[in-house]
Amino acid sequence: MLQERFYDNFIKDDRWEYILDGLTVTLQVTFFAVLVGIIIGFLIAIIRSTYDKTGKMKILNFFCNVYLTVIRGTPVVVQLLIIYFVIFGSVDISKVFVAIMAFGINSGAYVAEIFRSGIMSIDNGQFEAGRSLGFNYTQTMRYIIMPQAFKNVLPALGNEFIVLLKETSVSGYIALQDLTKGGDIIRSRTYDAFMPLLAVALIYLVMVMIFTKLVNMLERRLRNSDH
Amino acid sequence: MITNGDVLIKVDDIHKVFDDSLHALNGVSDEILKGEVVVIVGPSGSGKSTFLRSLNLLEVPTSGHIYFEGVDITGKQTDIDKHRQKMGMVFQHFNLFPHKTILENITLAPIKLLKKSKEEADGQARGLLRKVGLEAKADAYPSQLSGGQKQRIAIVRSLAMDPEVMLFDEPTSALDPEMVGEVLELMKELAHDGMTMAVVTHEMGFAKEVATRVLFMDQGQIKEQGTPEEFFGNPKDPRLQEFLSKIL
Repeated sequence: MLQERFYDNFIKDDRWEYILDGLTVTLQVTFFAVLVGIIIGFLIAIIRSTYDKTGKMKILNFFCNVYLTVIRGTPVVVQLLIIYFVIFGSVDISKVFVAIMAFGINSGAYVAEIFRSGIMSIDNGQFEAGRSLGFNYTQTMRYIIMPQAFKNVLPALGNEFIVLLKETSVSGYIALQDLTKGGDIIRSRTYDAFMPLLAVALIYLVMVMIFTKLVNMLERRLRNSDH
Repeated sequence: MITNGDVLIKVDDIHKVFDDSLHALNGVSDEILKGEVVVIVGPSGSGKSTFLRSLNLLEVPTSGHIYFEGVDITGKQTDIDKHRQKMGMVFQHFNLFPHKTILENITLAPIKLLKKSKEEADGQARGLLRKVGLEAKADAYPSQLSGGQKQRIAIVRSLAMDPEVMLFDEPTSALDPEMVGEVLELMKELAHDGMTMAVVTHEMGFAKEVATRVLFMDQGQIKEQGTPEEFFGNPKDPRLQEFLSKIL
């Protein structure tokens, strides 16, 4: 009985390909959205903490605040729909690209606050020590503050990426065939919800576990100096 | 070229107001000569740390001028980072870089700022470490060191930049009593080697023994100054007399 259901859901008509193709899309979107998120988050964190520390970049800081408020104040699904149907509504554009931008821009807001809290958590004495040796602001950030801040925020950052990976499961709203949508398509063909959804859930779970493991390993390597 | 006895740092009527209310410095002027060891004492809140931190512009004075090697470093056009390379600073809480080994702590600035090769910087750093008896700690991390060791490394880190002057901001105040001696000993050696030093401290023994000049600060002003003999033997300012009677 179970074997038969497995056959119907995954083997028959090569239905496993929905899962595999969907997984590829999910990984693609997640990977590039993480990159976009890190770049945006990093830039915003630099601007905001520079403003906090020195009072410079007042206007840029204002725009960053607007961005953070809007992105964190609205659901990611709505943002995805707006980017696809409003901003790119009249152009023919790759759904994968839209998803990457939507999730990247969304994640950037959270990454920015994670980075900023990391920078602000470093004792001001570190900053003064760097400046007193003759390093300028940028060099002090780069050689002294950032490496420590990054180490401090790594767990939070890893967590954000796990959230992002799972959040991409709403890509189906713009009819992008990601992993979740792939499982959903199988369900609509076989009228069997259990098998495809279980498979999809398991794959997410395994990916998250692998990713958690990787983050932990990296954390341990960076911890070397905290004997 | 500035030689012994020339003015290295000239402070001209600096004021510092924090948040429009606290008047931390209230018109301070002084000249620090090459080779001098100036010890600055005073009650807490007297502005002595603010004064010291103004010398390399960690605190930017609200008004007044500071000249280092004849250059007005309070001027808008001045590249303060260049001047700071020649002004070593030692902090109360050491401020070693915890993510770097002792050797990396010492060589970071020489490599990045003085463009020394890694070999050259390492060699110099190991030489300095040998001098302070901490060569074995080269590859350790700051968290593995005692407070006294950390502060000696912090001094070495500044020395690696070949500074013209060393500023000490209460270098022994965060140390356990048994570790104060090793740090003061190193500072004495520095003074004997002719290093120009400005030291904010509560260690009156150090002031008596090593200082060429002692400053007493109170309410953001230098109230009295002199050689250790005059300063401790015949204090004139009533506030200084009161201060000395409390701590000696």
